[in-house]
Amino acid sequence: MDDFLAARSQMALSLGFHIIYACIGMVMPFFMAVSHYKWLRTNNQVYQDITKAWSKGVAIFFATGAVSGTMLSFELGLLWPKFMEHAGPIFGMPFSLEGTAFFIEAIALGFFLYGWNKLNKWFHWFTGIVVGVSGLASGILVVAANAWMNSPAGFDYVNGQYLNIDPIAAMFNKAWFSQALHMCLAAFTATGFAVAGVHALMILKKQNKDFHFKAFKIAAAFATICAVLQPISGDISAKDVAKRQPAKLAAMEALYQTQKPAPLLIGGIVDEKNKKVNYAIEIPGALSFLAHGDFHTEVKGLDKIPESEHPPIAITHYAFQVMVGIGSLLVLISLTYFVALLRKKPLAELKWILWLFVCAIPLGYIALEAGWVVTEVGRQPWIIYGVMRTKDAVTPMPGIAWSFYLFSAIYASLSVIVIFLLYRQIKMVPVLYSSSHQSNIK
Amino acid sequence: MEYVVISFLCLAILLYFLLGGADFGAGIIELFTSPKNRSKTRKTMYHAIGPVWEANHMWLIITIVILFVAFPKIYSTMSVYLHIPLVIMLIGIIARGTAFVFRHYDAVKDQMQEVYNKIFIYSSFITPLFLGIIAGSVLSGQIDTEAKTFVAAYVFSWLNWFSLAVGLFTVALCGFLAAIYLIGESKADDDKKRFIKKAEFMNIAAVVFGALVFITAKMENVPLIDWVFQNNVGLIAVSLASLSLVLLWYLLLKGKTKVLRILAGFQVTMILLAISYAHFPNFIRFKNGDHISLFESIAPIKTIDSLGWGLLLGSLLILPFLGYLFYKFQQKEE
Ligand code: HDD
Ligand code: HEM
Ligand code: HEM
Repeated sequence: MDDFLAARSQMALSLGFHIIYACIGMVMPFFMAVSHYKWLRTNNQVYQDITKAWSKGVAIFFATGAVSGTMLSFELGLLWPKFMEHAGPIFGMPFSLEGTAFFIEAIALGFFLYGWNKLNKWFHWFTGIVVGVSGLASGILVVAANAWMNSPAGFDYVNGQYLNIDPIAAMFNKAWFSQALHMCLAAFTATGFAVAGVHALMILKKQNKDFHFKAFKIAAAFATICAVLQPISGDISAKDVAKRQPAKLAAMEALYQTQKPAPLLIGGIVDEKNKKVNYAIEIPGALSFLAHGDFHTEVKGLDKIPESEHPPIAITHYAFQVMVGIGSLLVLISLTYFVALLRKKPLAELKWILWLFVCAIPLGYIALEAGWVVTEVGRQPWIIYGVMRTKDAVTPMPGIAWSFYLFSAIYASLSVIVIFLLYRQIKMVPVLYSSSHQSNIK
Repeated sequence: MEYVVISFLCLAILLYFLLGGADFGAGIIELFTSPKNRSKTRKTMYHAIGPVWEANHMWLIITIVILFVAFPKIYSTMSVYLHIPLVIMLIGIIARGTAFVFRHYDAVKDQMQEVYNKIFIYSSFITPLFLGIIAGSVLSGQIDTEAKTFVAAYVFSWLNWFSLAVGLFTVALCGFLAAIYLIGESKADDDKKRFIKKAEFMNIAAVVFGALVFITAKMENVPLIDWVFQNNVGLIAVSLASLSLVLLWYLLLKGKTKVLRILAGFQVTMILLAISYAHFPNFIRFKNGDHISLFESIAPIKTIDSLGWGLLLGSLLILPFLGYLFYKFQQKEE
């Protein structure tokens, strides 16, 4: 493997790993807060058990998220020293604020996890909220930094020099809002479906039904609402991309020719050599509408963009298809669930809906990773869009391939251990939370 | 504002050394505790660092963020030439952090615990060792920007006697800090005795490795002796450090455990001050005699201003909260 490819793969791997933990760390505190609130209000022991069980999961993920995040802040320099040398002072603002947010999060988590029976109960609840809010804030801030790479702002690039740096303007670049909104929704959708699915599975296995039903409902409420909002925010993102990164949009849709009106492709196999897409379903005019809000506008194709600035087209296109495909599926599942709720049928009788949720466990995360592949691979060959090329930023040190293998092994083993631990946590629920069995008697 | 940013950088490094150091040290002590006492040591330790370890490690992240925002040249130079020790240190951080949490949150307590323990204690040793090696390498003047071969550029930049000695010295200091901290945390008498023993042991190790640092500095032509002994600040700091050591042992014998921490922290602070004062504001030394200085490599003014404000406001938010955390979890022990 050549070093440049290794560096890119290592970055992608680390980020892809971190994002899962980060999303869980961002979202779970809100689930916990709801269940905690219900416990404080109703005094129903089951809610306290749910809160405690979730908080153990969060502690595992938080630690993994924190170490993988620490890794990333080093890796940015270890892999892309030239990039950081110039970009650091410009897009560093969100990172330094993020530091504050992380810090608050870590402190609040300390209070929350170790504060049972030691703090005033509402203050204790509040520390859980603080964990969630600061986690979300840090997510938004990092995404703002990433948005800057897509839509550089806050400096003048003159003869290879970065002048008139304005970190505030860099932070509020054109892409930050659409990306941050879409990202936050994605975090809730993906984590919500994963958590709801696991509890649905346990209900189907007839274990601690009361416990798992209550947990399922909380997670499913977040998941379904956000899943329905997701395509709307995705549409905002698409319009944004069309404006600021036409090459990315063209790659997402594998639009080789500029067209007016442009069709939307569903599925299809990209033939990069002959510059066309085979076997796709075309919806006439739909891409024009998606990108510009009008069925007749022209959409810039890859023919208008110099070949040296083409991102990898097949990967971007497939990733986009995966994200949108899963997004639509999740909307369907959510709507089914709403209908079932409106009909007021007990969920226990609707086994097939629970099975739908079980099948959706990994889907949200697959969509999330695919979405990031669209964003990041679609930005290539630029690391700072239009300013610095990725290959000019890579470290001069040879042998990065070894480091990539090493980190792949580490991440693989960490994932295995985390899954193993969660499996054990879930398996132990009947033993640890026996009160949930008897809560009706009590 | 430059000064605000630089002060925060120094503060973050110092606090990471003290708090993160004590945290690593706890694992080092476990490593040097005979297996039959380990589970007891572990219990005391978990109580002491469980609620705060996450926050302790934030200082490292703050340090890194300040470096890449405000001193990008320093950050990128270190990332390139000290790539290998940084990667090893990172692996240590991952292994340690995850093992610590895993062993606590594994719902089933079985032989996996032993695996987590092993990972935890060895990585507690390796991480500060490499932190020390990195710090040593920054000062050692072995970073060679004109090197032609892989080994010369990326290996000998950090693999030298001086860096190694600094690494070992760091490990000993961490162990010392942790032992002192744990003395105050332990309730049972035999626990306390054991930690006092450990503190003695680590103290001796620190003195030995400290001497080694000076010897290797001479070997590798690092003007360490000049930095420490050729100016008043260095001299005063060293004398204060020695004085506080004497005081520390006196108080320890008298059984006053809480003041000890302040003294131990003070002592380590003085050691860091002695080493870095004369060198300031130069940060990295190169083989060809060049330096990168904090002031020359600093980012443009607007960046520094916003970073400075960010740090000031951030600490207004954080410090009371953090103080309360430490206070709350101290208090319940009484
Ligand atoms: C649960 C995950 C999930 C789901 C269901 C969707 N997305 Fe998404 N998408 C993401 C998760 C995601 C993401 C991982 O969070 C990305 C990567 C960067 C970002 O800001 O969000 C993303 C990026 C992203 C981008 C690129 C933004 C940019 O480069 O700035 C577009 C155009 C869309 N999405 C559009 C959609 C559409 C039209 C969807 C319709 C169903 C959709 N996404 C569902
Ligand atoms: C879209 C991408 C990202 C999101 C949404 C995100 C979000 C988060 C969140 C919520 C946490 C808290 C950990 C938890 O609660 O489990 C976290 C941890 C961390 N992240 Fe990320 N992050 C992203 C990318 C990055 C990148 C690129 C970096 C590096 C520069 C980074 C650096 C860190 C660090 C240093 C931590 C550890 C801090 C701590 O929790 O103690 N993150 N991230
Ligand atoms: C957490 C979600 C993210 C994922 C899954 C992700 C994924 C990826 C992928 C797949 C690549 C490789 C692209 C290629 O070389 O073809 C990449 C590159 C990169 N990403 Fe991201 N990314 C994420 C968020 C971020 C954030 C928040 C930042 C910075 C603030 C960031 C910074 C970078 C950098 C510096 C590179 C290397 C340069 C490049 O290839 O352009 N990423 N990422």
